[in-house]
Amino acid sequence: MSLGSRIVALGHYQPSRVVTNDEIAQLVETNDEWIRDRVGIVSRRIADSETVADMATVAAGKALANSGLAPTDIDMIVVATCTSVDRSPNVACRVAAKLGIPAPAAFDLNTACSGFAYALGTVDHAIRAGAARHALVIGAEKLSEFTDWTDRSTCIIFADGAGAAVVSATAEGEPTGIGPVVWGSAPEKGDAVRIEGWRPYIAQEGQSVFRWATTELAPLALAACERAGVTPGELAAFVPHQANTRIIDGIAKRLGIPQAIIAKDIVESGNTSAASVPLALSKLVERREVPSGAPVLLFGFGGGLTYAGQVVRCP
Amino acid sequence: MTREEITTGLAEILEEVAGVNPEDVAEGKSFTDDLDVDSLSMVEVVVAAEEKFGVKIPDNEVQNLKTVGDAVSYILAQS
Repeated sequence: MSLGSRIVALGHYQPSRVVTNDEIAQLVETNDEWIRDRVGIVSRRIADSETVADMATVAAGKALANSGLAPTDIDMIVVATCTSVDRSPNVACRVAAKLGIPAPAAFDLNTACSGFAYALGTVDHAIRAGAARHALVIGAEKLSEFTDWTDRSTCIIFADGAGAAVVSATAEGEPTGIGPVVWGSAPEKGDAVRIEGWRPYIAQEGQSVFRWATTELAPLALAACERAGVTPGELAAFVPHQANTRIIDGIAKRLGIPQAIIAKDIVESGNTSAASVPLALSKLVERREVPSGAPVLLFGFGGGLTYAGQVVRCP
Repeated sequence: MTREEITTGLAEILEEVAGVNPEDVAEGKSFTDDLDVDSLSMVEVVVAAEEKFGVKIPDNEVQNLKTVGDAVSYILAQS
């Protein structure tokens, strides 16, 4: 049993292929200015032959290398994804096989864009309960496979990538690095974001999602701060799901956190669903923009509709 | 509340949310075509109008509010 857990290392992976707004404008009736204005994306990364498991494995391998732990130390892997094409084996087992992790508890979790924060909460609980000591928490998505490239309302938004964290039990006397998760859903709004049916495409009601996100989520994000004993003014950074810069700005404004770095990885990465939070967090830490130990508010939200968030301490 | 008062209130919201010149706001103006309010800014206008006028404007109603006059009539009927 442990009193808590903390993120000890991060890693991420993005496909090498950069797709600009001008390229999208050759596929559908749109333009660079319109896309920048509506969603804030300048370019995004689109996978070629890489699978969700391939991207998850590279991100997790980097996090593991950064942690200094051996593959044999990892006893749990949770992958947040809603775009794995294979029904079985799950992505977590694929990652374990590729990284030589011999016998972890391994499962995938699907809460769409809020997935990483759900997975992080689940792993924190497992560690506190004594069910794991060192875990890999991964968000990985290949949304391009589920994108209708003739639908200009969605194909401008979604992209591919993966981010991963190594989460370890805290030692005795060491402060916990993952605050209590605030999670839930708004199932009556389930039709607002959909990837339904056999060989489906992403569809969403943009106005409905925008309204929900910009009006309902800030109080829940503030509740996550309160539960962690951190005031909004103490946050070093806010890393929300990278859905749309106007949603990010709308939530940040209601949080009242002028001192905090607001992650805007969407500008160069697009919306990568469950991968967006760990991807943005990993880059912030890699660029040393957030000092070690500083409190960062993570907040995922999306299909379901679902949401989850918690305050974490940066590795 | 009169139609004029609601129009003035909407003009204040439109200026705040979407940078629309209040002098351009009149009942006959289309939010999209005349005032250049895009679909996401329209949501912000609706949310601010709900607070200002104490009414509920559900998602499925927003698409019916094409002009400032449509919004004035809806708010008047609800308040």
